[in-house]
Amino acid sequence: MSDNTTGTKTKEYIRPMPANWWMMKKTFVLFIVRELTCVFVGGYALFLLVLVARRDQPEAFAAWLNSPLLIVLQIIALPMLLYHSITWINLTPKVMVVWRGEERVSPLLIAGANYVAWAIISIVILSISCP
Amino acid sequence: MAASETDQPEATIPLEVFRYRPEQGDEPTFEHYDVPYREDWVVLDALNHVKDQIDGTLSYRWSCRMGVCGSCGMMVNGEPKLTCAAFLRDYYPEVIRVEPLNYFPVIRDLVINMDDFLHKLTEVKAWLVPKEEKPVSQGEYLQTPAELAHYKQFSMCINCMLCYSACPVYGQHPEFLGPAAIALAQRYNLDSRDGAADARADVIFSDEGIWDCTFVGDCTRVCPKNVDPAGAIQQAKVAATKDWYRSVLVPWGNK
Amino acid sequence: MARSNDPIWWSLFSAGGVVAAFFMPVTILLTVIIVPAGWLPAEDLRQLAGHPLTRLYLFVLISLPMFHWAHRFRYVAVDLGFKRISSILPIVCYGTALVVTLLALFYLATF
Repeated sequence: MSDNTTGTKTKEYIRPMPANWWMMKKTFVLFIVRELTCVFVGGYALFLLVLVARRDQPEAFAAWLNSPLLIVLQIIALPMLLYHSITWINLTPKVMVVWRGEERVSPLLIAGANYVAWAIISIVILSISCP
Repeated sequence: MAASETDQPEATIPLEVFRYRPEQGDEPTFEHYDVPYREDWVVLDALNHVKDQIDGTLSYRWSCRMGVCGSCGMMVNGEPKLTCAAFLRDYYPEVIRVEPLNYFPVIRDLVINMDDFLHKLTEVKAWLVPKEEKPVSQGEYLQTPAELAHYKQFSMCINCMLCYSACPVYGQHPEFLGPAAIALAQRYNLDSRDGAADARADVIFSDEGIWDCTFVGDCTRVCPKNVDPAGAIQQAKVAATKDWYRSVLVPWGNK
Repeated sequence: MARSNDPIWWSLFSAGGVVAAFFMPVTILLTVIIVPAGWLPAEDLRQLAGHPLTRLYLFVLISLPMFHWAHRFRYVAVDLGFKRISSILPIVCYGTALVVTLLALFYLATF
């Protein structure tokens, strides 16, 4: 309620927020997609859990890796995981602020360093797995 | 307005303006105004033209008309904008829809109730609380350029509330402290002269403080002064996390 | 207002986000194409999975991302409008992550 000059109150108008608020703007859609990549992150973790549970059964282990359904699901998950990585690294400079005297270390430099680290880590993992 | 030299009809641009007059009814309406199109006009100029020449009953806030006072924030085609900084030429010849700032109650026409925001500014103690009080005779509180740099960006806030209108969390949870209040808390927490970071922590490190934020980031996108409130909130999350682990792992330390 | 206990979940979410960002894409390359296409035998990967360091790698790659999912999912569900379940969501999400962590520990710690 608002007071007006005569001391009485006028009725304020409250605009409801639509349930599909996140569809109304591109930045909101991208935000929801970014957040929902966590489903694929969790999903792949569960995939690995089952793989790990079959560590002592060579046939079951191989069957889990060769299953067409699981391969299709992973093909869907891969771009989602890449979107997670890219959005995560791009946001890192906002969370990790580094000062050198009066200047902030450039956010591009921080993100760039993370991309380089990502590339190095990936190459190392690949070399270890595929000698 | 100077009359044009030729007899060509003046170019106009259509405005659809949100009207709410509680004494006339419970539901808002949109009114259509055709205003002159000028290359150098902003939406605020168009609204002033409406009020001066077409419909004197239109109510809205404005002041400096140059982007430093924070009074003229409104939704322009669904985007929170300072109407003194939204140029007609960026919309011409399409219709411009002007509405009150999102997520605030509407008192009348384009005027919103900002009590909630003002209350939050006091809750976070958005003012300097010196570490040690000293009398004027002892001189100024000294600060190096490097110390100033740490909080300067967050000090640029003009309290225009565009960030609140961009924040879907605030839209759904009005108890959320919101981007500007937290950015301003950080502005003082990071100020080397200030000593109230711990007192503010009880407010901003709460569930209705930084932890309601899901880093949508639209607040930073719409901020007209590049304050980057989203960045301020994430920095506060890091500080809160360090504080939490310290209190759990070293509970006997100073609070 | 009281200082929240969210930091514990947020720090797990952050750690999980980092682990998922840096390690999941290359790992999924192994499991989606390199092994199924036959470039690396599944048996080789299984042997590799037995190595203690690989087991630690896999534990981190399963547990932390689950906590990442839990914290993020709990909040985005509310953003999408599922307000009625908002009070049980934290229990379900963090609980699931905890169960998965324990299962991973069980499967990886046994020889």
